[in-house]
Amino acid sequence: MNEQTAELSVPIVSSRPRLLKILDVISVILLVAATLMVFLYAPIEAVMGPVQKVFYFHVSAAWIGMLSFLVAAVVGIFYLRSHDSKWDVLALAAVELGMVFTLIAIVAGSIWARPIWNTWWTWDPRLTTVTIMELIYAAYWMLRNGIEEPERRARFAAVYAIVGFISVPLTFFSIRLFRTIHPVVIGSGDPSATGAFDMIAPMAQTFAFSLVTFTIIFIDLLWHRYRLGLRSARVEQIKMKLME
Amino acid sequence: MNAPADTLNYEIAGYIAIFGIMIVYLASLLIRSHHLHQDEELLNELEKNQKNKEKEYGQRNT
Repeated sequence: MNEQTAELSVPIVSSRPRLLKILDVISVILLVAATLMVFLYAPIEAVMGPVQKVFYFHVSAAWIGMLSFLVAAVVGIFYLRSHDSKWDVLALAAVELGMVFTLIAIVAGSIWARPIWNTWWTWDPRLTTVTIMELIYAAYWMLRNGIEEPERRARFAAVYAIVGFISVPLTFFSIRLFRTIHPVVIGSGDPSATGAFDMIAPMAQTFAFSLVTFTIIFIDLLWHRYRLGLRSARVEQIKMKLME
Repeated sequence: MNAPADTLNYEIAGYIAIFGIMIVYLASLLIRSHHLHQDEELLNELEKNQKNKEKEYGQRNT
């Protein structure tokens, strides 16, 4: 797939591999199927009405956000152990995807909250921790942009991704640990939560299918973003070489 | 028994937002990839020219 050049440490990014093309097609098919399941198969919830269906993609996006930040932390450890720039490129790709999917979860959640909580936003423990988490990873971006030297930048970013990951379990468990109005669908939460519902079989099936779909889409996008990162690193290296 | 709340508009708005953000992100990936491809080609061309000049300069000196 990739060939290494003698002068540059970053490999040449060849045309899209066959497996990635297959993954692209599978991702699109799964996304269409998941959307059809949400709109045509999952029943309308008895109290909240159609807006409850936002839940399927909202939770799936939030799951991918957290998974992405976990990947960034793990590959950060790999980078610190090996100092191989590919792990840095992968960490950056994972953080970018994590931010995009967390943003999707926040925006979708806010739209759901308007008719259910009668407000677009409230500083509830879950909403607060997820905002802090998103801001922590926005700062990861700023940190990277503030360091010129690639090796130093990668080292600092790896440490930051590992330390920043503390915000992820804090966000996940916030609705289980603190008094909150955010519903807990899996497991037990605060009885005062507004918008909780019991999942019947078609709802659970749609939810599970959405989670799997988003996970496949995540792998596909991560691969694309990783290739883009490799190309970017290579361009940066050629520029530096020409400037010497 | 009460009918479910009429929240269809919010459901539609939610999914427009979800797909909207996804499409914007995909477009950004495509645009960045296209720009990087162009940059890479240009830089490779520059590198080639630089090598040729160095070669010519070396031949003139010998």
